[in-house]
Amino acid sequence: MEKVLMKGNEALAEAAMRAGCKCFFGYPITPQTEISAYLAKNMAKRGGVFLQAESEVAAINMVLGAASAGVRAMTSSSSPGISLKSEGVSYIAASDLPCVIVNVQRGGPGLGGIQPSQSDYFQATKALGHGDFQMIVYVPASVQETIDMTYLAFNMADKFRTPVMILSDGLLGQMMEPVVFPTVDVQIPDKPWACCGHENKRSHNIINSLYLQPDILEKSVNERYERYEIIKQTCPMAESDFCEDAEIVVAAFGASARVAKSAVNAARAKGIKAGLFRPQTLVPFPVEQLNKACEKAKVVLSVEMNKGQMVEDLRLALNCRLPVEFFGRHGGIIPSVREVLGQIEQIHERIK
Amino acid sequence: MSVVFDKPHALCDVATHYCPGCTHGIIHRLVAEVIDELQIEGKTVGVCPVGCSVMAYDYFNCDMIEAPHGRAPAVATGVKRAKPDTVVFTYQGDGDLAAIGTCETVHAAARGENITIIFVNNTIYGMTGGQMAPTTIPGQITQTTPYGREPSVQGFPIKVCEMLAQVDGVALAQRVSVDSVPHIREAKNAIRKAFDNQIHKRGFSIVEVLSTCPTNWGLSPEQSLERVRSEMIPYFPLGVYKDAAVWSEKVEG
Repeated sequence: MEKVLMKGNEALAEAAMRAGCKCFFGYPITPQTEISAYLAKNMAKRGGVFLQAESEVAAINMVLGAASAGVRAMTSSSSPGISLKSEGVSYIAASDLPCVIVNVQRGGPGLGGIQPSQSDYFQATKALGHGDFQMIVYVPASVQETIDMTYLAFNMADKFRTPVMILSDGLLGQMMEPVVFPTVDVQIPDKPWACCGHENKRSHNIINSLYLQPDILEKSVNERYERYEIIKQTCPMAESDFCEDAEIVVAAFGASARVAKSAVNAARAKGIKAGLFRPQTLVPFPVEQLNKACEKAKVVLSVEMNKGQMVEDLRLALNCRLPVEFFGRHGGIIPSVREVLGQIEQIHERIK
Repeated sequence: MSVVFDKPHALCDVATHYCPGCTHGIIHRLVAEVIDELQIEGKTVGVCPVGCSVMAYDYFNCDMIEAPHGRAPAVATGVKRAKPDTVVFTYQGDGDLAAIGTCETVHAAARGENITIIFVNNTIYGMTGGQMAPTTIPGQITQTTPYGREPSVQGFPIKVCEMLAQVDGVALAQRVSVDSVPHIREAKNAIRKAFDNQIHKRGFSIVEVLSTCPTNWGLSPEQSLERVRSEMIPYFPLGVYKDAAVWSEKVEG
């Protein structure tokens, strides 16, 4: 298979088209704009729809419409823009519509900055919108993984009739790496629930999120949570390096996992028993994989590009049986290998 | 025995939740009659708003989607772009279309989206119990303008058809009323034209229908119809504000 050198954002856009995405609605915002630009150039040529919306709010609602009509649809944005989409995401989840939402994170809060960040972890995993719902969240750590997860995101969205987020960041979106596009036969399931005209062959379909009877609303949410339970059992993904005998397990996702990996390698070269645990899905959180990776661990160190967000899920997933420490840089600053190695060495001194 | 009056097929055989004397029922019927006459029920997708007509998905026999508040034109855009052969209409009230959804409305119009919008203007938020709408007339008493709408404080109403007539992507902007039989006939013709425009890919069509809200106006159904004539039509004059095909039929989309 041929390797090509591609930017993360453009690779994601190309992968989306190959995964059968027929409609993209977006709004310009740094550092995700290359996704829109790539699709603007290529979507129509390949029989799809690219439309620049008047706002993030409109873009996510156009996705709601296209997904309702039964086609694979996607929108992308960066942190402040994702906040604006939250209303639509809640409605999409409540209407059981499949779609893919990309967040190429930048620093926040507010307008923040345009440099890479992971400060939308809470937003992505806990509350992207009002009400009881969840969505699957994939976190790639390379351009190749961005591609692979884009295919996966569309498939899981259709399989579970749920919005799926690809949580990227300014580093992964902007960097170039050699990649291979998998040759897969895209299978899009039938969508008998879609609103695209009944052609006088069936009764009318209704896509809706309003249930004025509390018992019916409760039932609909419960039904969704039964699906989430299947997702929890079948979808968690994580990667472990050197964790079999690791006394210090460094946990990191996305861009910070690349730095953490180098730091773990450097620690190993110094004879420190360090390992890397990298969640590839944040929702569902890879609880089992984490506990397995931490069988020999004395301390877990969460390395993030924020003020400490995943660290809370690590404590919950470990049921607080191990100390979980945190090191992070934020505001758009990527932690250096030396900084992370320093943290590992400090912990090593304390526990030896 | 011959049938002289029947329910349009495009209307579901159910009782609606609308208050007695409210003219939503008439407007629903007109939309359904047009869908029947154009024989488009099988390819029509309706988008309901948030507001009194939020449950219109239970009343129309075509496929129906319930949109977030104000976002119906964006949802309709998504459906239409994904499936250009469908006939897509939104049914929106004044709060939905001209307050929280102004942006989506104006930009769908500017793009010349081939969709049909039925805009029901009753100068009040009905579903939430009668608050000031973007179309509340100066002096009108509502729950949130208890001393009457005062333009120096609450600003002026938005005249949607007059505003959208300035937008290049608009093929039809017409204001009608359903307060009398001649006006109802006129309203139906406008609604038919708005759907016909879409079928022939002429661009964005909006029909603004002046409607009543006896419950929140505190008037009887009869007095409400009288208010349409005496207060609303003078402020929101009926008529065709724009009628010009944006796209010729050759244009894709």
